[in-house]
Amino acid sequence: MNFPGSGILKGLAVTARNFAGSYFEKDRLITEQYPEERPKLPENARSFPFLVYDGGDPEAGMRCVSCKICEKECPPQCIYIVQDRDAAGKALKRPKIFDIDISVCMSCQICVEVCPFESIRMDADYELSSFERFGSLVLDKARLLKSNSYYRSIHPTEAAETDARLEADRKKKEAAAAAKAAKAAQTPEAAK
Amino acid sequence: MDLLERAPIELKSWFLSLLGSFGVPQWILSVLSALLIIGTVIGVFLGLFALMSVMERKILARAQNRYGPNRVGFFRWRLFGLFQPVADGIKMITKEDLVPRTADKAVHFLAPVAMMIPALMVLAILPYGRDMVPAELDAGLLYFFAVGAGTEVAVFMAGWASNNKYSVLGAMRAIAQMISYEIPLVIAAIIAAMISGSLSPSAIVAAQGGFTWGFVPQWFVFTPWGFAACLVFYIGALAESNRSPFDLPEGESELVAGHLTEYSGFKYATFFMAEYVGMFAVCGMLVTLFLGGWQAPLPLLTIIPSWCWFLGKVCFVAFTMVWVRATLPRLRIDHLLAFAWKFLLPMSFAAFLAAACWHYAGRGPLAWFLSLAIVAVPYLILGTAFSNRFALSRRLYQFSE
Repeated sequence: MNFPGSGILKGLAVTARNFAGSYFEKDRLITEQYPEERPKLPENARSFPFLVYDGGDPEAGMRCVSCKICEKECPPQCIYIVQDRDAAGKALKRPKIFDIDISVCMSCQICVEVCPFESIRMDADYELSSFERFGSLVLDKARLLKSNSYYRSIHPTEAAETDARLEADRKKKEAAAAAKAAKAAQTPEAAK
Repeated sequence: MDLLERAPIELKSWFLSLLGSFGVPQWILSVLSALLIIGTVIGVFLGLFALMSVMERKILARAQNRYGPNRVGFFRWRLFGLFQPVADGIKMITKEDLVPRTADKAVHFLAPVAMMIPALMVLAILPYGRDMVPAELDAGLLYFFAVGAGTEVAVFMAGWASNNKYSVLGAMRAIAQMISYEIPLVIAAIIAAMISGSLSPSAIVAAQGGFTWGFVPQWFVFTPWGFAACLVFYIGALAESNRSPFDLPEGESELVAGHLTEYSGFKYATFFMAEYVGMFAVCGMLVTLFLGGWQAPLPLLTIIPSWCWFLGKVCFVAFTMVWVRATLPRLRIDHLLAFAWKFLLPMSFAAFLAAACWHYAGRGPLAWFLSLAIVAVPYLILGTAFSNRFALSRRLYQFSE
């Protein structure tokens, strides 16, 4: 039916249907009630980098060997690493200081791409607001280190690939070591 | 039931007689009696305003499939966000009150007050229930429109005193709009006064009492002329209270906030409050004139107190105003004025004529159909002409095509 004013009535019917429908059809209300309802993040969601450690002890299981490749590659230069040294001043294969300034980080993931030790990975935690401007946005080693099981829980596919690669590397190394040991065992006999 | 019906009046006289028994002099009692009525009316309407400010947001949200405000509660209890007005009030009071350096300070200060006073004064003559009129005036209707017109001055005061071009433009629009829509509004009101033969709101409500065939209420809205006049009054009321789709004076897309641009803090809150109280007053007038005032819609339902009916009807009309706001976009200023003068005014005259014919044709079924014809024919002609005049056509891009 078309008469003057029918357009307004149709419009009123549409809003009335939406108004009433929002009380009966739950899927109309798509708003997430944020602190109570969390969004289901897609698997590749990423926020800022973190450091993976194996096993239970963060310091002992740290994969990072302080090679500083990520520090050099980081485009906004938000990574700061100081290599650890023992009492004699000999460089150790672990960082003493590892800081990431997430107020500078642009989440480009280049550090993750270049890391040869599968040590640095992207986190999915987005609740990083703080009450101060500088201090709490510079993440130190203690806050960066997160366990491999946490990594598996946020990025299962990627973590499984990494684990498989590490496992393969370890086997290859073991095989090489075994071969070397066998060779070493053979050599003295051959020398005789 | 009769007790509940008279509860507010009985409560007041009981309280006063209690004070009287303590030897409080008579003149204090009569002043106190007036103050009690004023306090109750203002309290109820400010409570309605607080409720409306949150319910409007919730209804609009629901019409857009959102939740709306549902957070502010009392400590742990959220209560559907019904404590939102408290939070809003605290925010408004604690905000800085900015006055532009070049503003006319006295007028800038007085404008919110000048807006609030008429909005509260018009509440005096509404019949809230059987024998419940704060001020029984013989020319109550005249008083309502005479005092209500004061808000226009207040809006212009606000716009002029702010010394801001957006404010002045908003105020000019408001004046043009309010004066244009006042005419159909008043003519629609005159129709009800003409049929009931009185300018007193109580008499107009009394004229709508009783039921045809025992169940159809004799409210004016159920006659063709009454329906047309009610719609004209409703549209006029929307425009008078600056509500969407007639909220051009505050059109934020082009005028920042119109006459409210330079107001902040409690002065802004006062404007906001005055607008909503004014809206409720005009809803109350609409209910009084066309929707039978405090009369129950069915004989059976008269057991519910009359003041509940009045309040319920006012809330219903206010709900429809939010519904319209959720539906219609804002008009353009020339369309708005053309609508007032070329459509609404002729329609109010047609309703006027129809009401007169209805009365002189004996108020029977024949008169009913006669008045229907007198209202419907101009509506169809004007409406078709209007929709053709503003019909959307394919836009021609002169240079690109």
